[in-house]
Amino acid sequence: MNQNVLIIGATSGIAEAVARHFAEQGARLFLVARNSEKLQAISADLVARGALEVATFVMNANETDRIPQMTDAAWKVHGTIDVALVAHGTLPDQQRTETNIAYAIAEFRTNAESVIACLAALAQRMEPQGKGVLAVIGSVAGDRGRPGNYLYGAAKAALDTYASGLRARLFKSGVHVLIIKPGFVATAMTVDLNLPARLTATPDRVACDIQLAIAKRRDVLYTPWFWYWIMLIIRWIPAAIFKRMKL
Amino acid sequence: MSQLLSWGRYPRRPQIPHSVNWPEDVLPSLAALAAAGHSTSLAFGCGRSYGDSCLADSGHVLAMQNMDRVLAADWESGVVIAQAGLTLSELIRIALPHGWFLPVTPGTKFVTLGGAVANDVHGKNHHVMGTFGRHVRQLTIYRSNEGVTQCSLTHRPDFFSATVGGLGMTGVIVAVEIQLRRVATSEIEQRSIRFGGFDEFFELSREHDSSHEYTVAWVDCLASGKQAGRGHYIAGNHAQEGALDLAPIGGLQMPIDPPFSLVNALSLRAFNTLYYHRQMKKKVVSNVGYDSFFYPLDRLQQWNRMYGRSGFQQYQCVVPQENGREVTRDVMRQISKSGSGSFLAVLKQCGKLTSPGLLSFPLHGVSLALDFPQRDQVNERLFTKLDAMVHEAGGRLYPAKDAHMSAVHFKQAYPMWEKVEALRDSHLLSLFWKRVTQ
Repeated sequence: MNQNVLIIGATSGIAEAVARHFAEQGARLFLVARNSEKLQAISADLVARGALEVATFVMNANETDRIPQMTDAAWKVHGTIDVALVAHGTLPDQQRTETNIAYAIAEFRTNAESVIACLAALAQRMEPQGKGVLAVIGSVAGDRGRPGNYLYGAAKAALDTYASGLRARLFKSGVHVLIIKPGFVATAMTVDLNLPARLTATPDRVACDIQLAIAKRRDVLYTPWFWYWIMLIIRWIPAAIFKRMKL
Repeated sequence: MSQLLSWGRYPRRPQIPHSVNWPEDVLPSLAALAAAGHSTSLAFGCGRSYGDSCLADSGHVLAMQNMDRVLAADWESGVVIAQAGLTLSELIRIALPHGWFLPVTPGTKFVTLGGAVANDVHGKNHHVMGTFGRHVRQLTIYRSNEGVTQCSLTHRPDFFSATVGGLGMTGVIVAVEIQLRRVATSEIEQRSIRFGGFDEFFELSREHDSSHEYTVAWVDCLASGKQAGRGHYIAGNHAQEGALDLAPIGGLQMPIDPPFSLVNALSLRAFNTLYYHRQMKKKVVSNVGYDSFFYPLDRLQQWNRMYGRSGFQQYQCVVPQENGREVTRDVMRQISKSGSGSFLAVLKQCGKLTSPGLLSFPLHGVSLALDFPQRDQVNERLFTKLDAMVHEAGGRLYPAKDAHMSAVHFKQAYPMWEKVEALRDSHLLSLFWKRVTQ
């Protein structure tokens, strides 16, 4: 079973790890990212690791009018797409978002609006196919706004709600929607953060979970698993207490 | 982020990692460190060097493991170009299904390509294939003063020979082009022969080294008197017929740091006796998978934690052929007398093939490696005696394993060190290099 896999934000740490897992199973890939040199290096790597075919498309997801060109190209190359993963995003500097409104809006746009634009365009293409999995990377940060990163969290919460509605809409068509909520992952995005070692997963570990969740058509994936329980507790803390906590 | 130690966890100088995901991140990372007051750093791969050669003087290292992409692979010729953070383990997983294997492999597959080059590692086939550096076709390196540069035996050969075995001092290796070797199967035809003493080992070596690509011996260094020098001699060739399968991933893991070393006189003696008698027959011939032949210790992940929090040191020396037999015997006697050996003493006859690397460790002669639980005074006394014996015989110690060699001995044993120092990137400095050159 050689799957056709489309990945947006393919140079991100988690996306690259997921792509490797699919490559090892002999998938055909369609990779989308901004940086064409990095895309080329990743393509060569995925071919060496067993991908049957890797096509690339250079695009900045914030230029939403280019998204239809991208989906046209992907469906032209592969005919159908079995798995689409929307993985692009940034980690905004929360303090800067508090004083620089333009920056805050731009970051929200990258992490929510452009992702929603991709999901919408992919849904349009996948619905008539009547099959496939549409996966998007959310975050545990979207489960509750914390003073440390609530702009990022708000964008991820938007994805959560959007994915929930889209899942219900596409259910009848046979297309499945998965939202992935990683906890701390050691990637380029988090390289400057001082993450607690015990709670920080490797991209490969997260990618294993993602691949399994896609295969099993799970609705929501917390990865690694223990984040489900951590976030369950965090969501249940009464606001009167939560607002006094330093998180 | 968790801090890093070397494999021997001694000296205990935890390193703060700064992850490098793409080659172009190297120079900005070095610049950022310099701006933060850390004028030097060091590329850090899997941290499999035992002593302080993988530790930065500043305590800040560039973590290379995320830079692990295969950039080009030609399965007709077996030439692979990959980023330096790719591990040998991954490279095997990628190349073996196409019928290619590493031309030279150390005793663990959990090292990066960059680390294998920087330490010019060798393996059980040194007498046939030489060191890892002999199979490197080209290197791509970032240097803080000139940016990206390439070198090979023909292009900037001086720089190439300073970088192979150069302990990461000449620049940050970001990509390695390597010639792999063809294999018909993933199995090794192994011959395991029990021997009673040193003379028998040298006999076996003479007999088997020409007909077997891989040879190595395990010696019980606690045995004395009549049994001194007893051990197992293991020889192997790539099997011509059999499966071409990847070894399963996984294995056991040493989950905790025990409060004290589990390796002590009592456990050692028991282990060595059991190990020696594990095979009742004098000679056993069998086909085994590449994993169990080359990487038996990799099956217990983080086995280094067995030595407890204080860690351990590995003592690996090579003694030139002329005096190899006598000096190795004397060294073993001295260790036996001290009663602090290891559960795996490894003896290997190294061959005549020279390496392009200026600081390459192997010599035509006999190499001996043993692990010692870290006990400051006991080790120091013993190592001082052993060092004198090794150096008097014209031998030397392996920087990749070292945490104690004196500057005098280093400079005497590696006279080309000044050429490497002259080409050193001023933004790179390891604790080892500082210790033995400054």
